[in-house]
Amino acid sequence: MAGNGEIKEDGGKGVKDMVMERIKSIKDIPPEENMLPGTPACAGCGGLLALRHCMKALGRKIVIVNAAGCFTLLTIYPYTPFKNSWLYTAMACAPAGAQGIRDALDILIKKGRLDPEEDLKVVVLTGDGSAYDMSLSSTSGAINRNLDFYYICYDNESYGNTGVQWSGATPFASKTGTTPPGRICPIGSELAKKDLFAIWNSHKPPYLATISPAHPVDLINKFKKAEQYKGPKLFIALSPCPPGWGIDSSYTVKLAKLAVDTGVWALKEAVFGVVTHTVVPKRFKQVEEYLQVQGRFAHLFKPVRQEAALNKIQEEVNEYWNRHKLLL
Amino acid sequence: MRKEMLTGNAAAAWGVRLAEVDYIPVYPITPQTEIIETLAKWISDGVMDSRYVTMDSEHSMLTAAGSASATGARAFTATSSQGLLYGFEMLYAVAGWRVPLVMVNVSRGLSSPITLEPDHNDVLAARDTGFLQIHCETCQEVLDSILMAYRLAEDERVLLPIIVNLDGFYLSFTREPVAVPDVEQVRNFLPLYQPKHAFFKASQPMAQSAAVLGGSSYSYFKYQMHMASQNALAVYKEVCDEFETGFGRNYDTIEGYMLDGAEYVLIMTNSFSTLGKAAVNNARERGIKAGLLRLRLVRPFPVADLKAAISRKKAVAVIDQNISIGKGGILHSEIASCLYNEKHRPLLLSFIAGLGGKNISPDEFEFIINKIVTGVDTEDAGTAQLIYTDKEWQEMGRLKRMAGKG
Ligand SMILES: Cc1ncc(C[n+]2csc(CCOP(=O)(O)OP(=O)(O)O)c2C)c(N)n1
Ligand code: SF4
Ligand SMILES: [Mg+2]
Repeated sequence: MAGNGEIKEDGGKGVKDMVMERIKSIKDIPPEENMLPGTPACAGCGGLLALRHCMKALGRKIVIVNAAGCFTLLTIYPYTPFKNSWLYTAMACAPAGAQGIRDALDILIKKGRLDPEEDLKVVVLTGDGSAYDMSLSSTSGAINRNLDFYYICYDNESYGNTGVQWSGATPFASKTGTTPPGRICPIGSELAKKDLFAIWNSHKPPYLATISPAHPVDLINKFKKAEQYKGPKLFIALSPCPPGWGIDSSYTVKLAKLAVDTGVWALKEAVFGVVTHTVVPKRFKQVEEYLQVQGRFAHLFKPVRQEAALNKIQEEVNEYWNRHKLLL
Repeated sequence: MRKEMLTGNAAAAWGVRLAEVDYIPVYPITPQTEIIETLAKWISDGVMDSRYVTMDSEHSMLTAAGSASATGARAFTATSSQGLLYGFEMLYAVAGWRVPLVMVNVSRGLSSPITLEPDHNDVLAARDTGFLQIHCETCQEVLDSILMAYRLAEDERVLLPIIVNLDGFYLSFTREPVAVPDVEQVRNFLPLYQPKHAFFKASQPMAQSAAVLGGSSYSYFKYQMHMASQNALAVYKEVCDEFETGFGRNYDTIEGYMLDGAEYVLIMTNSFSTLGKAAVNNARERGIKAGLLRLRLVRPFPVADLKAAISRKKAVAVIDQNISIGKGGILHSEIASCLYNEKHRPLLLSFIAGLGGKNISPDEFEFIINKIVTGVDTEDAGTAQLIYTDKEWQEMGRLKRMAGKG
């Protein structure tokens, strides 16, 4: 059995070589599309854009193991936008589904009943509601067992598929269907967004990263780097969601970029628990710039400015970057 | 072949070993744990070549077992009561994947109140999921049923998962002599699993478990499952015959005990049937023409076999070791629905007994059999009887007084 932190044999190719294969610009992004257009996802779905880039990095020899969420509806009988295999499981257990597939492929190959050429990468695809809440147990188990798999969480900061309700990923002061701002509770969501990166990183997985659909070069390079590790390779993509966030569908990329430029979404990676930030804005924009264009935060500005809440959000962002000594 | 003294759990483990299962995701729960510990030891000792993994819950365990099966491996798992319910969502899901997973359930009463001893509310809660169900009376039957279950589940006319059920404690921890067949003999009966319908491999991408939009597609797939389950009745007979040819033991969908010439019939399932058979002997000694029918295949429900066996009897008493709160015995309802349109049908009585492992004593059986006889005389089946003895009533009174509720 592979111990924690085993590095894949790669024919003498060391870590450095792998890093050298990093792409430099958007022109280097692989042109192949492994996910075809024509899905029922909303126009401007940030998660779908992130997934499209991930699929370019992963190639076609994969099986996606999906949990209940918006992307379950990517594969509706008899259609699929993917050129690869797919298994929908349920909301809590996609990582367990990945375990069964990985183990089955391994044992079938070992017993000579499956050609090693037929092997697949196993890729979990879930939303935040699944990742941050219901499948924490199955994910923790999979990471702890050093399961050789990828996990892509498209984080639209709500239970999107059920019509945008609060999830463990919903940020403070966000309006959702179950956190409606009102006279008694003018803030909307009173809870802070969980730090899933830290939760996952406490297991010290070989590779863990945050990604953004507005930073495809960073995204692709992270997948390239992850490839050398046997074990869990985990990705969280902050994914603007036009209906959930109250933005125009043409704003997705702009907002994904703003999330990074304001410091709300830190692009980083962790290798066996050691965290590095991969994109640090030269000058951080004010968080307000990010908030005020989104319908889900409109109540913070109208009818009265909720100064305390706005300050709290900015302070928390400052505190994060100060803690990492990266606030310039 | 060799004979060994095995517990029901050890017999189950032997069935899995002889079926040369590829993959075993597990989660512990009393009274099932002995099965997975036995398998773990065999794998650790190298006498069994399977991949084995302890999951974080039964929900995950069932998902992993189902997805491994969907990849093309022969998978096994086991659970009981709370575990079965914890994984419940995935029972329906995995059955819908049309994968031939075999799972052992070691029956145990459901919380609340939390308890350890058996009744069948756990396994019967799964009756509508699409899993076929085989319920066992003896340790030998447990081993044999696992082998038969893989043959049945993997048959292309069926392709549904199967639960093999045995009672906690009464069977799981009771040693009986069990004939353990040779693996070559089992290989003849149970060939390698090589699925044509569901697998994952790079050269043939496959989308499994896709969503559907609308009731037409949904109904289509559900009807397919129902029809496959119905097919399983005929396939079961073939499997049964071949098993008998290979191993010399016969297991029909139902087992009749002194049914020929019987006028009054008890219907039971699982290990307590042994007590019922003894009660039948006692009744015969008293000159009452009693018999017993043990239901072995619970899903698909063996309607034709049941009708043929009991429609011309004078009276039938279903002893349900389960309770559908607000309705009564689950199997009583199912058997009543089979008989309703029959020209000749017996008087049908309902008894609830043996909940949470409560014993059914010879006196209680005598009470039940007397009720059947007087029911026929008065042409009155009465309402469902909740069996409880005077002694138990008094003892419960004592406990209540201790609890300050007397
Ligand atoms: C066990 C269970 N509970 C609730 C649901 C209902 N449900 C379906 S999708 C969904 C939201 C999932 O949220 P997330 O993981 O963030 O994905 P998104 O919908 O945002 O894509 C919920 C709650 C379900 N399918 N299963
Ligand atoms: S609701 Fe949001 S996440 Fe879901 S498909 Fe639409 S844009 Fe994408
Ligand atoms: Mg979501």
